[in-house]
Amino acid sequence: MSKTAVQSAAMPAAPHEAEWPLWEVFIRSQHGLAHKHVGSLHAPDAPLAIRNARDVYTRRNEGVSIWVVRSADVHASAPGDREPLFDPANDKVYRHPTFFPMPDEVKHL
Amino acid sequence: MSAHDEPLLECLLRLGDTDLVLAQRLGAWIGHGPVLEEDIALANVGLDLLGQARLWLGYAGEVEARLAGRGRSEDELAFLRDAPAFRNVQLVEQPNGDYAATMARQLYFDHAHLLLLQGLARSCDERVAAIAAKGVKEAQYHVERSSDWVVRLGDGTDESHARMQRAIDDLWPYTGELFAADAVDVALSDAGVTPALAPIEAAWHEAIGAVLDEATLIRPSGTWMHGRGHRGGKQGVHTEHLGHLLAEMQFLQRAYPGASW
Repeated sequence: MSKTAVQSAAMPAAPHEAEWPLWEVFIRSQHGLAHKHVGSLHAPDAPLAIRNARDVYTRRNEGVSIWVVRSADVHASAPGDREPLFDPANDKVYRHPTFFPMPDEVKHL
Repeated sequence: MSAHDEPLLECLLRLGDTDLVLAQRLGAWIGHGPVLEEDIALANVGLDLLGQARLWLGYAGEVEARLAGRGRSEDELAFLRDAPAFRNVQLVEQPNGDYAATMARQLYFDHAHLLLLQGLARSCDERVAAIAAKGVKEAQYHVERSSDWVVRLGDGTDESHARMQRAIDDLWPYTGELFAADAVDVALSDAGVTPALAPIEAAWHEAIGAVLDEATLIRPSGTWMHGRGHRGGKQGVHTEHLGHLLAEMQFLQRAYPGASW
């Protein structure tokens, strides 16, 4: 029997309690653009997560704004649901703006 | 050659050496930080200080050239001087210790550093003013970081509180030197090159007191200070720790003169 199994059985409540929670970091690289996910880090709370993000992810002048969100608060689509969620969009070409022919007179669209 | 070049050279070495030695200390945390994020953050602070050290020492070399005909480069100043020629304050050469010791040292230094840079940014010497103005933004972030950590550790667990209080007490006697004005300081502040240290000392005590209060730490009351009587780091008198730090920092240039990569 592995030692790990014994240890984790001995401390059933929050085995990673001592570890800082994980945060997802979003950086806006310039005004007018959207915040973009750049990675994750550990921090005990939101203010420190922002400071850590500043130190880990904006060392080379990457950003003008930082968002952080607890990784536990991110809800994701299930990989197994990929086909029902996304495949139906595949054959609906008319949803793309390029599907519709535009008169030559209309420019800069 | 201007009238203040001699004290100015001394002052630039003090500023540059203090930044350089603390940068070296902080660099030693790389790979040893409590968490990856702190590791990088301390490296960033160290690199900010190293950048400022290069500017101060670069200017020191120019002033030295005005005085002596030839000035040393920033590398010569950093790597080819022995401990008694270094002019950093003794506070920054103190060992890293545990994280509380590093943060107490940083708290004391960062607040004094910011106040000093804000004063230097109004220097009548344009170069000094420009270098200081660039450093102010960096120092503001350093102050925020170290103050926050002292509050977190001081107002944390019983153990973190005890360690933080011990570090605050142990390093306290090295803070007097930060504000002890000697002939160099007086000559330059009279000439408007550097700010007077007395008002900076008062502002520093106020700022440090506020942080320690919030951190539920007791402000040390001792008045005995290292480096008294103008026999401190600013005059080239150092604790035993600087020699060891320099031995490591300078090894490569000493063993392989002129090596570069």
